Amino acid sequence: MTLKKLAMGAAFAAATLGSGFAAQAQDSIYFMHNTYRTGAFSGSGIPVGDGTRDYFTMLNNRDGGIGGVKINFEECETAYDTRRSVECYEQGKAKGTVLYVPWSTGATLAAIPRAHIDKIPIFSMGYGLSASAVGDVFPWVFNMPITYWDGANAFIQHVAQQEGGFDKLKGKTIGLLHLDAPFGKEPIPILENMAKQHGFNLKLYPVAPAEMQNQSSVWLSIRRDRTDWVYNQGWGAMNPTAVREAARGGFPVNRLVGVWWAGGDDDARPAGDAAKGYRALNWHQTGANFPVIQDIIKHVVDRGQSLAPKEKIGENLYNRGVYQGILIAEAIKNAQAITGKKVINGEDMRRGLEALNMTEAKWAAAGAPNFASPVRVTCSDHNSQSAVYVMEWDGKAWKRQSSDIQPQKDMVRPLLEEGAKAFATSNAGWPARTEACQNNS
Amino acid sequence: MFYRETGQFKTNYAADMAIFPIRQDRIGIAIILAIAFLVVPFVTSEFTLKTIMLPFLALSVAVIGLNILTGYTGLISLGSAGFMGVGAYACYKLTTYFPDVNILIWIFVSGFFSAAVGVFFGLPSLRIKGLYLAVATLAAQFFLQWAFVRIPWLFNYNPSGAIEVPLRTLFGVPITGPTAELEVKYLICLCFVVVMTWLASNLVHGRIGRSWMAVRDMDIAAELMGIKLLNAKLMAFAVSSFYCGVSGAMFVFLYLGGAEAGTEFAIRLSFLILFAVIIGGTGSMIGSFFGTAFIVALPTILKFGAPAIGIAITGATAEKIVLMIIGALTIYLLIVEPHGLARLWQIAKQKLRVWPFPY
Repeated sequence: MTLKKLAMGAAFAAATLGSGFAAQAQDSIYFMHNTYRTGAFSGSGIPVGDGTRDYFTMLNNRDGGIGGVKINFEECETAYDTRRSVECYEQGKAKGTVLYVPWSTGATLAAIPRAHIDKIPIFSMGYGLSASAVGDVFPWVFNMPITYWDGANAFIQHVAQQEGGFDKLKGKTIGLLHLDAPFGKEPIPILENMAKQHGFNLKLYPVAPAEMQNQSSVWLSIRRDRTDWVYNQGWGAMNPTAVREAARGGFPVNRLVGVWWAGGDDDARPAGDAAKGYRALNWHQTGANFPVIQDIIKHVVDRGQSLAPKEKIGENLYNRGVYQGILIAEAIKNAQAITGKKVINGEDMRRGLEALNMTEAKWAAAGAPNFASPVRVTCSDHNSQSAVYVMEWDGKAWKRQSSDIQPQKDMVRPLLEEGAKAFATSNAGWPARTEACQNNS
Repeated sequence: MFYRETGQFKTNYAADMAIFPIRQDRIGIAIILAIAFLVVPFVTSEFTLKTIMLPFLALSVAVIGLNILTGYTGLISLGSAGFMGVGAYACYKLTTYFPDVNILIWIFVSGFFSAAVGVFFGLPSLRIKGLYLAVATLAAQFFLQWAFVRIPWLFNYNPSGAIEVPLRTLFGVPITGPTAELEVKYLICLCFVVVMTWLASNLVHGRIGRSWMAVRDMDIAAELMGIKLLNAKLMAFAVSSFYCGVSGAMFVFLYLGGAEAGTEFAIRLSFLILFAVIIGGTGSMIGSFFGTAFIVALPTILKFGAPAIGIAITGATAEKIVLMIIGALTIYLLIVEPHGLARLWQIAKQKLRVWPFPY
């Protein structure tokens, strides 16, 4: 048993030393951010991680942190593995992180039941448990700015716009190309609802996780069914393959629309010219022409403190990391304003997140004018169901293709509430909300 | 010098066949158990309990299970994670249908569901061996993983496909669910591990275990000696899957507390369990624990321990180093020491016995 003892001893030493560090750094706000720079999904994990990391480094370098307090930003590597993520959660808890950002649905699900006990709010940005948008049931979980259900709804709206109205959808065939996993299947109920309502045929094209890079048979069926539009709820290596196969099979790529996780630059680029016209939903702008990105280049990249290669800065997923950073920083500011404290804790952070109201003016003040649509969190709405737009790949970069599309809240919200209720019943003993409501100023 | 059996005489057959024939071993195991039950839960930090001890205990049951199949019976399986998933889902369904029955009973009973599935997928083992059997069990893994995602009844039609662990109590103390104390969960896991290890140890040292080993060493000879291959092999699959099932239920209900089980019980975990068996030592109980400790603790120690003692290493680098170490060690042990860390432990014991006068 020597090895086990050795292991336990070393880990114990690590844990005690770790808590020692937390005690030292009382004059800063500790924030631990999960990333996955290794593993099968590192292609999307690296740019997102770089974006958030660079944004907080920039705030520290330029402004000396937030509200005069340095942000003690630390990354925790998960390799997109739930067990590693649980480690990161425990590490964050021991060191007193003000926020947990899981960056995987499995990790979110494992953390949600603990959030109200450990008093650490969770922010799963556009992924995780859709129903956690219902703040009355999940006071500690936030999943701005949009859910997968809203995404599917926005996609159908986009199709209607392109076809010339909802009445033109009748008789059309719309396909859902999806990863055969809970994440991929999430849009199905909304699409089924809308198919009934507008009279189009919905076809499902599941892609097994092991077959992500071999989709030829799927695309044969798409051709056979004469599908008019395809919505790609894909992930990782599945996306570039879908774009390539669509082009090879003669499917017009501008009728293939990806969810926001299928809109990485590296999802479209490998297919070369054939990818020209590929579309994806997005909730923020791409490119480096924003003061905040320029500040990152000036204060972080030029000082050699960034891990990202310079040409990748301003790409879609990098900007998504920055977007996340801006929302979190704004919530920290809110928390400082509400409590009057400089160094906040998890409970304060929860109040700050609940008071989040990113108006256009606030986006501009954060150095990102017209970067994204407004996000407004309320006590019962932890998602805000913000507007998305459709972008198109021009062979080199993403270009805006459509105007903002506002998801139909009245269609999605009842489903969210139903899901939240089901969660509370299947988790016997789920506490009723006792946290006071934060007034949204 | 301290580890020497001089003067310990075996005066009957029972003493001769004891699992721990030497008094020092018996004292050692008692001390380890006492530490595990009385000291560890009160001394170690929450971080260590949650990230090292709980997964170690939960997975060690699965590693013992695979060791029974691979180490004792000589049948390779790559479906362990799938069988763990069966246990987790069975436990979930059972506790939603019968919430009043104690969850501990369901964790144990879910093993039987897993055993039934294991027997079904073990049927090909009567005809095919070695690599071909590995491929057949791989099919089981993929089929089960597919079923976990595709059959919404299994996860109660949850839109996120998640298993949620409800609050369950024992004598009024919460043992599963978010409010359960880590120490309680740890002690429950430990009880499971002790009981399951004791059962497994008795099985492999008895008639059934000997028939497994006979099949492993040469199945034709075993058949000639009157061992029914059908019974022996299917029994091994059943017992092994039973252990995996219990382990899976423990993994979700006592360790993770809510999971997207379709992705959790993936092929990656099957391989990790197999590596744990190979590194720890095939056909050895203590080896199963060594292997699990290695697989579970090494990544955590490298990732959080190394930076704490001043070795600057990022999480991503640690993750890559772990992969390299596990890969290299698996190959090394397969070539140099097929009986793994358990054999090294045995050699060390042998050396201690004759120390300080080796002859």
